[in-house]
Amino acid sequence: MATAVNAPEASSGSQPAGRRRRGWRDLPVLRQVQQSVGLQRGMLVAGLVLTGFFVLTAIFAPLLAPYEYDQLRDATGPFGAQQEPSADHLLGTTVGGYDVLSRVIWGSRTALFVIVAAVIFSLLLGVLLGLLSGYFGGWLDRVLVVVADAIYAFPALLLAIVIGIVVNGGQSSLFGGILAAALSITVIFVPQYLRVVRAEVVRIKSEAFVESARVIGAGHWRIMSRHVFRNSTRTLPLILTLNASEAILTLAGLGFLGFGIEPTAAAEWGYDLKQSLSDVTSGIWWTSIFPGLAIVLVVMGLTLVGESLNDLADPRLRSRRRGSAAPSDVAETSVAVGPYTAPVESPGGTDGLERPTDPQEGQR
Amino acid sequence: MSGPTRDVVGIEDLTVSFATDAGDVAAVQGVTLSVAAGEVLAIVGESGSGKTVTARSILGLLPETATTRGAVLLTSKDGASTADVVTLGRADLGEVRGRDAAMVFQEPSTALNPVYPVGWQIAEGLRAHGKFSKKEAREKAIDVMRRVGIPDPEHRVDSYPHQFSGGQKQRIVIAQALVLDPGVIIADEPTTALDVTVQAEILDLLRRCRDEFGTAIVLITHNMGVVADLADRVAVMYQGRIVEQADVRTLFSAPQDPYTRQLLSSVPRLGEGRARTQDRADSRTRAWESATPVVEARDLRIVYPGRLRKPDFVAVDGVSFAIRPGEVLGLVGESGSGKTTIGRAIAGLTKVTGGSLQVLGTEMNGVREKRFRPVRERIGFVFQDPASSFNPLLSIADAVAEPLVVHGRAEDPQDARGRVDELLEAVQLPKAFGDRFPHELSGGQRQRASLARALALDPELLIADEPTSALDVSVQKRVLELFDELQRELGFACLFISHDLAVVDLLADRIAVLYQGELVEEGTGAEVLGNPRHPYTQRLLASLPVPDPDEQARRRSVWEQLQGT
Repeated sequence: MATAVNAPEASSGSQPAGRRRRGWRDLPVLRQVQQSVGLQRGMLVAGLVLTGFFVLTAIFAPLLAPYEYDQLRDATGPFGAQQEPSADHLLGTTVGGYDVLSRVIWGSRTALFVIVAAVIFSLLLGVLLGLLSGYFGGWLDRVLVVVADAIYAFPALLLAIVIGIVVNGGQSSLFGGILAAALSITVIFVPQYLRVVRAEVVRIKSEAFVESARVIGAGHWRIMSRHVFRNSTRTLPLILTLNASEAILTLAGLGFLGFGIEPTAAAEWGYDLKQSLSDVTSGIWWTSIFPGLAIVLVVMGLTLVGESLNDLADPRLRSRRRGSAAPSDVAETSVAVGPYTAPVESPGGTDGLERPTDPQEGQR
Repeated sequence: MSGPTRDVVGIEDLTVSFATDAGDVAAVQGVTLSVAAGEVLAIVGESGSGKTVTARSILGLLPETATTRGAVLLTSKDGASTADVVTLGRADLGEVRGRDAAMVFQEPSTALNPVYPVGWQIAEGLRAHGKFSKKEAREKAIDVMRRVGIPDPEHRVDSYPHQFSGGQKQRIVIAQALVLDPGVIIADEPTTALDVTVQAEILDLLRRCRDEFGTAIVLITHNMGVVADLADRVAVMYQGRIVEQADVRTLFSAPQDPYTRQLLSSVPRLGEGRARTQDRADSRTRAWESATPVVEARDLRIVYPGRLRKPDFVAVDGVSFAIRPGEVLGLVGESGSGKTTIGRAIAGLTKVTGGSLQVLGTEMNGVREKRFRPVRERIGFVFQDPASSFNPLLSIADAVAEPLVVHGRAEDPQDARGRVDELLEAVQLPKAFGDRFPHELSGGQRQRASLARALALDPELLIADEPTSALDVSVQKRVLELFDELQRELGFACLFISHDLAVVDLLADRIAVLYQGELVEEGTGAEVLGNPRHPYTQRLLASLPVPDPDEQARRRSVWEQLQGT
């Protein structure tokens, strides 16, 4: 028996069928691009291009923008209010006398700050609470879930306004404004992360490998950090991208309602939209179109990325190329080369969704 | 079979490939098969061999990602029409399905829709083919339910699936397939999800389907005992090809292909372990008899509290047994008999609610986790499902090192690598496998790694909960042999839980039979299997199909007698 087992397996040490070399193609988003076909690929690439454009603009804002976000005059004198697009001001000027193009470009920077801060805050808090809630259960779980439900019941924007007032007390510096916006978004998002992570933790808690860790005698903290935590973060990238787009909408909403950042502290698209309200009826189109377009494009980009990643992560939603009429050789269903060894079962656990599986996968 | 036989199914040079992330994968290649009217053809092979895909192609039930070439000719029962399923359009396919060929699925609890009465579901096929009025359809449903052995069908026809037991549900699924009187039934592992005693009843029913309805059956299974019991002809598949086709007697008595021979020799048979057990018993000293047991249960009772005012569920009721050092106790029982619960209670995963359970000197009734933790070091546990018992994000080496790190025998996984390599070698896995991730291993390899993890701390007691039931039979054999070798070398005591009598017989010194939470019989393999005293054990033993057609025919008559009494 020993020879029968050892011979095939020892010879398969080099590159078994189920194993692939890791490389740049395996990076999170790039792998999905590789995997996708047709319309799904188009959506993902479009989303990535829009998002990439937004991030690059935010990073290089000081180089790209012709003027400062709070600049009202240059060497030749004041810009003047509501100027039509011209060589000096490519997208015209606002009612307050700012350059529209510069405000739009600088605005991307504010938006990026808020997104990053809001996502980091809500991620830290939501994941931690979700982990504790799902793992220990009991009264802690019930209290947290009830609080999360209560927060759901409030209109999100109203909650954001209250938090905004509490945090910055009416003043709005760049830092205070960004923090207020980020925190108010955090309060809205934490329940989402909590619920998603909690659901995953509850599922994983009953898996055999967690029981196996308990049988070994591992403590709660070790089980949570080593076995449960990393396995429960699978869906987070998806919510993350979707939430980032919601964060922009909330920020713009706050600015539009006047609870955002002052124009002298930073450029903010929502605020600019609000200022341009009266322009719309008087035929001044350039003050509202461009900040509005910026919001729409960024939200669309992030949503496209999020939705496509979501579809690609699920083998049932993922479209594949049709099998060609002339198939290749019969697949090697065994991991180990050699006669009559065990076949690969469809891999269990979290990686299963994204790995090549056995040919019968589609039937389940 | 009698008279001139006509083929109801003719598969010619069938090739099926699937589009996957890794490119096209051919699941079936160049398969040619035929099924004569009134014949039972068994397709056997391990998982991934293409047997299910082949059978499903007869009904055109392949997923959208499949590309099919070749011809699948399906002839209606009266021989009036023949159609090539591969080229049929959607509407024609619907016409053929149910009328010429029907399907019986593996899991009866998911094959039935829980929100409709079973009569409605049986009659659904009749309505789809539009030849019957509502009343006629209902009468036909009642009639077919009676013929598949559902008692009191006039009333039961309006019951919902959850009101039936697992075996009855499978009978209803078969009734669903029979109602249109098709020429051939595709039965995909029809008894795999059922207990052995129920399996015997369903096999009996399928045999009657052939005899009374004249229906041909394509039986897909991995259980050679089932094949021996039911099949007329056998096709053995391996890696998408048919390696051997033969009459059932010829196949079992004179297998031609090396794969078939290897498959047949892997099947555990009753009585194989008896000589070994005798050797072990002889080598034991007198003092061993009086040694303190590693595990001792006295009137052990485990109750799951009922929810929402439902009564409590008694999983284990007044069970007493003992496992002495170095002894293997096999625990056998059907699903729901409480065997897994006992294993979990010994490992401290389930609370003991009554009686006494001593594990390595610790009383488990009312034990605190803190006091039990040091004892855990001396217990190993092998789980049933190799797919989920490993953290998918840890490499095999890290997972095997986990117990060493937790109990402070090593600083971190790197530190434990030397010992891990030793362990992997002990379970006959190459050292390099330590750097792989669980999904990169096959089921059998994973189960070996699981054994390595359980043995990492040199435990005095190992609990193995159905360690081989998720594995193919050829892989199972090797894992069992390895298990036996390690047990002899390391001398740990073991509780081996299984539903398969033959597997337990191979390994265990003593066998305990559980039935509905109670221990009905305990003794050595020779005592329990050779001369069972409890009626349940007798029934269990008689229900177990053996991989030998002639022997099985004899056993079947014994079983029929037992059923009669």
